[in-house]
Formats: sequence, structure tokens, C-alpha cells
Amino acid sequence: MATEILMPALSPTMEEGTLAKWLVKVGDTVKSGQILAEIETDKATMEFEAVDEGIVGKLLIAEGTAGVKVNTPIAVLVEDGESMSAAPAPAASPAALAVPAPAALESRAEARPIPVATRGWPHADLPEGPTKTMTVREALREAMAEEMRADPTVFLMGEEVGEYQGAYKISQGLLDEFGPRRVVDTPITEMGFAGIGVGASWGGLKPIVEFMTFNFSMQAIDHILNSAAKTLYMSGGQMGSPMVFRGPNGAAARVGAQHSQDYSAWYAAIPGLRVCIPYSAADAKGLLKTAIRDPNPVIFLENEIMYGRSFEVPVDPDFTVPFGKASILREGKDVTIVSFGIGCAHALAAAEELAKDGISAEVINLRTLRPIDYDTVLASVMKTNRCVTVEEGFPVGSIGDHIASTIMQRAFDHLDAPVITCTGKDVPMPYAANLEKYALITPAEVVSAVKSVCYR
Amino acid sequence: MARKPDAKPNVSKDDLLKYYREMLLIRRFEEKAGQLYGMGLIGGFCHLYIGQEAVVVGLEAATKAGDKRVTSYRDHGHMLACGMDPKGVMAELTGRSGGYSKGKGGSMHMFSKEKHFYGGHGIVGAQVPLGAGLAFADKYLGNDNVTFTYFGDGAANQGQVYETYNMAELWALPVIFVIENNGYAMGTSVKRSTKSTTLFGRGLAYGIPGEQVDGMDVLAVKAAGEKAVAHCRAGNGPYILEMMTYRYRGHSMSDPAKYRTREEVEKIKTEKDCIEHVRDLLIQAGLASDEELKAIDKDIKAIVNESAEFAKESPEPDLSELWTDITV
Repeated sequence: MATEILMPALSPTMEEGTLAKWLVKVGDTVKSGQILAEIETDKATMEFEAVDEGIVGKLLIAEGTAGVKVNTPIAVLVEDGESMSAAPAPAASPAALAVPAPAALESRAEARPIPVATRGWPHADLPEGPTKTMTVREALREAMAEEMRADPTVFLMGEEVGEYQGAYKISQGLLDEFGPRRVVDTPITEMGFAGIGVGASWGGLKPIVEFMTFNFSMQAIDHILNSAAKTLYMSGGQMGSPMVFRGPNGAAARVGAQHSQDYSAWYAAIPGLRVCIPYSAADAKGLLKTAIRDPNPVIFLENEIMYGRSFEVPVDPDFTVPFGKASILREGKDVTIVSFGIGCAHALAAAEELAKDGISAEVINLRTLRPIDYDTVLASVMKTNRCVTVEEGFPVGSIGDHIASTIMQRAFDHLDAPVITCTGKDVPMPYAANLEKYALITPAEVVSAVKSVCYR
Repeated sequence: MARKPDAKPNVSKDDLLKYYREMLLIRRFEEKAGQLYGMGLIGGFCHLYIGQEAVVVGLEAATKAGDKRVTSYRDHGHMLACGMDPKGVMAELTGRSGGYSKGKGGSMHMFSKEKHFYGGHGIVGAQVPLGAGLAFADKYLGNDNVTFTYFGDGAANQGQVYETYNMAELWALPVIFVIENNGYAMGTSVKRSTKSTTLFGRGLAYGIPGEQVDGMDVLAVKAAGEKAVAHCRAGNGPYILEMMTYRYRGHSMSDPAKYRTREEVEKIKTEKDCIEHVRDLLIQAGLASDEELKAIDKDIKAIVNESAEFAKESPEPDLSELWTDITV
């Protein structure tokens, strides 16, 4: 009986990939465990092994094809003596798949319906001039490479940043260009290398310390707070810590409670730090360049889900994004939606939905959480008289709480409704696909909150 | 185990007088700080260095310009030994604008970029990777400076010390780890903290050489320091010096030190005191007279009194200082 081989999901966030190379051809006999193909994911090029045995009946996807969705049939195995044409009834048995059960995959994909802002409103947040399309991942890499070329004291250290080419491919190619002196692979020892990074910043260097994810920065948080953030103050202004701590923050997909936490509000609480949280690739590039040049310790919160998303980025090599300047992603008059990072994707999707009901939402992307651009938020709220905040972090002590309190203190008379804070749920992140989806904020919840403040 | 003074130390009169003077400055300064604390002029935590003076004075004698140092909260001695102004240190202790950190750091948090003193750290053990980071920068920049990273026997049980040993040896960083083993981590003796009481030996697991040194003998300290510095400057990576020393006072001003006997303290003071040791060397070798040493005592007393006066008279920081130096 013919068996379909489906495009496998080879990372927690992979939704599609490139079929880089076939290592078998039609007519080959395939054994279990044999490498069938090389597949390029959002993280790396992986070898894809056969689970079932048989003869390759058809290759359905040509090598070099990009954007092959997970679960797409890519080849057909037939049994000895079976006609090649006897092959595929497209609804092959799920048990025969060389990948996890499709039910799980579907619900996983469904669990993280991150909308892609493709068109529509102008890029109000970009300066005039030509742009090019690039992913957030490419933007981060380009920002680091440009700043490392410009300043020989800038170096990158972290786990798997060099020879492995980056756990999430952010530093891909940097070792080749800059060598092991400036792209430093560390042992798995966050507290130690964070402290060494801070010391190096005092010794005249500008370290970029990569955490494989910000969950691991908990091992190092003493050095971020007590060593990096406070030294300028404790030294009476004599010496500070010019450096960047960066890496993915917040929930990825189905990686469980210890790997899915948003630390925005934690780091935003600390005087002495700068805190950046880009949404688009332009934010990512412009903010990271500013962060590397900044003389203060900067927390740079990325998001794994966003790494593969494409946006327009100015080609101007001098393009940077200043700290403390929010961008207005979409103008509107009925309600202000304040968000940051991946939350902006939810906010924009909600705004599009709301427009169908005749509600015009203004979407503000804070971009930096320390400092926060209060003026842009307040000016918008004074225009719309309503506000909803959107973030994936926990509800208690959230950024939304702080924004709501600021609006209450500084624009109370302009409010026509209480501010609603949309956040992740007050629970550790569950693993089950349906529970994870329920734990995170969704565009539907934002729509509902906006309708509530609009009394609709 | 009383020390027999070497009648003919292999060291010049000027050097001996210098060590005597520097150790005495630390001791008199610390005594004055204790007094000002009692008067309420110094607040919070105040950790005195009395008894351990030979460690920093001996190691500073092995340094060259450009070398760096970083230590814990018991930091007054290190600052004085590397040439920071006693007035600025004392005024920081009293929280005045004339202090090294404009009164915003306090006893545990002072820095001097000019003297390459990088704090002054209140989190036990945190200075260890920070010191390795300073050494990382020097290696990256291609100079031959070394960093003296001081920590106590208590910090020696912190995990980050071993994370740092691992990377320092892996990357051959020019860092000297100085364990000031004064026998007690606050109130817990070394024996009550670990079965592995030879602390420098733990570095061997990472490939880092080291040795135990009589930290009450400034000449032994200096000799060990020079050996460690030579190892580091030659690009051989880190070195560990375990200084066997003793603090005469409690962990901090509020520590009654009931965890050790009066006899134990007295015995060390009588038999091992680092200042008396050098004094005996000078007198017995006929290198200095009682009068000369008295003149030095008088001189030191004047410097310390001057620093105390400055620390009392320097105004408190302006309230606007609350909001400065948070970010650049």
C-alpha cells in the first residue's frame, strides 16, 4: 500500500520550510532511519529520516522549493511490486507519517494564529526613502553586523552564537565575518557569562550578550540588575555598563511553562536599564542599532514567533529608531489600542476586524518600555477617549496596568470608559495546544475588550 | 606558631617602610570609621578590614599601572591600597557629596576608574565573573594588564565562582583570583561550610594553578603576587592565591562575633599581626628607629583625622542628585 510522506515540523515554531535537497530518487529502496532529504527550517538545515520502508514511488515536491507548508505530501513510498501509478490516495493513513500525528500539528498551528500585517495602512512609522523586505531575523543580524563593522569594541557572546550559527540563526554568518575573538561561544553558564559581559563593558568593550531565551536570563538576573543597571548610580556617574542583553522573550509555541514567559514588565521596572521590544523588522533593526550604540545596559526582548516574519525596512544604513518614541501602526479615532512586540500583531488583527463593525482603532506600538513614550499614548487617548492595552505577559503588575494608571492620573477627564488591559492569563503556560491558545491573548479578546470600552 | 622575624629580609628599607605605612593607614582609617559609625555618622553596613591589611598591600606591591582590581563589600582597604584618596572614601562612608560616589554608593559601593578600582560589590561572589570580564576586555584589547579579583572564603562556595573558573581557564584570561580566607563567612567557619577546606585546590579541577599563602606576612604575599602576575602576564591564564588571613573585628559593625573565642582573636593579634611583623623587621634589622616609626604613626593619624574632618564637613548630596546618574 502506498504511503505518503509529509513535510515534517522540525521546530516548535515551524509552519513551512524549504525542501533543500532530495537524497533519494524514484525507484530507490528506502530503509527506516535512512535520510530522505535536507529540509531548511526557520532555525537550521535538518536531515529528514524515513520512518516507513518501501520504494520511492514519486517525489511530489522538487528540491529547492521554498514555502512548503507543514503536512504537505512531499513524496510517496510504494511497496515492492506495487505500481508507481497505484500510488497516492491523498488521504493517507496518519499512522504512516514520518512526523508527529497530524491532529497535533494542526492544533499547534491553530494555537498560534499570528496575523501577518501585509498591506493596507501606510507605514506611518517608517521614514521617507526606499525600503527592502526582510525578516526580523535578518534585520537583527544586519544590525549586529553593521555595528560590529563600525565599532571594533562591539562583540557578541552567548551559547551557540558562533560555530552553531545561532540557536535561532540570528548570528548566522557572524563568526565567518568577525572570527572567534568577536563571536564568542560560551559554555552553558548564564550567570557566569552575564557577569563576564558586564565586567567587559567596564573594561572598555561593548558586549552583546545573547540569551538563548530570556527564560535563561533568570540565572543571570542578579548581574543584569545589581551589576549592570545600578553601577552608574552607585559610582556617582563615574562608570556605567554599555552593553546589550538580547534574545527571544515570551511564548514560542508548545514549549511549556519554563520556556514561555514574557519578562517585559520585570525588566521595565528597573531604573538604570533601557528596555526595547521590537514588533517589525524595521523596529528590530533600528532599535538594535540604537541599543548597541547606547551607553547604558539595554534589555532587548525579541520574539521567536516573529523571527520569520517579513516587513519593509529602510535601506538607509543610518536608519535607527530612537528610544522612547512609539510608532502609530494604524490611525483611528474611536479607541486607542496600546501594545508592543508581538502584541502589535494581535492589536492590528483586532483593528482590522473592528473596522468591519465601523469601529476605528488607533494602534500604538510602544517599541521601548523604558523609557515609555507617554506623550504619544496620552495624545491618542485624548483624541479617542478610550483605551485598551494588549500584551502576552501576566496580568498582575503588567505594562498595561502601568499605562492604565498613567492615563488615569494624567488624562482622567478625557476617558469615556475604564481602560481595559488585555494580557496573558494568570497561569503558568500549559503545554496542551488548546490550553496554550486559551492562556495567551488573542485578537478576538482584543475585539471584545474594544467593543466593551466603546459600549457596543 | 609565632613568626620569627627574618633579621635580614630580602627587601629594601624604603619598601618595608612603604608597606608599614600603607598597612597602618588602612588600620587607622578603619578604626576611625568604626568610631564614626559608633557616633552615627556612618550608617547601614560597614565591614572593617582590620587584620587583613597585608593582603592588599602585598599584592598592590606586585602590580603595575593599568592593572585592575575588584572586590566585595569589605573594600576600604583595597581602595586605600590602590591609592584612592582617604578623604573621598571616608566622605562616601558618611554619605556626603565629597565621597567617591557623591554619597550614593556607600561603604560597599565605591569605584575609581582613574585608579582602576571597579568596586565594591554587595552580592557575595558577584565580583568574580565581573573581574574575569575586566580581564576579558584586557585580553581582547591586546594589552598585558591583569585583574586582581578578590573574594572571601564565603564567596568561594557560590556557584558563579566555578562558572567563572571554567571560562577564565578556557579563554586563558589574565585574572588572579585572590581568596581572602579569613576563616569565617559572617558567622560560619570554613569547616562548617565545606569538607573541601583547601579552597585554592578547587581551581585544579578546572586546570587553574594556585597556592596557599601566609596572608599575614606582607612579604610572602608580595612574592606570591609576583609569581601569579608573571603567570598571567605571560598569557598562561588565571592563577589562584588563597590568602590565609584573619579579621579582628566582626563581619560588620553589628556582628558581636560570638562564633569564635576571645582567645583565638588575641592569639592571632599577638603572634601574627601583619603590622607588628613589619615593625619588628624594621627595628631588628636596624632599618628604622622607634622615633622614625612614631613619626610615621603621627603622620598617618593626621591623614586619617583630616579624612574624618572632611567626611563630617562635606555637605550631604543635593536632593537633585537623587535623579542623576541613572542612565547616561
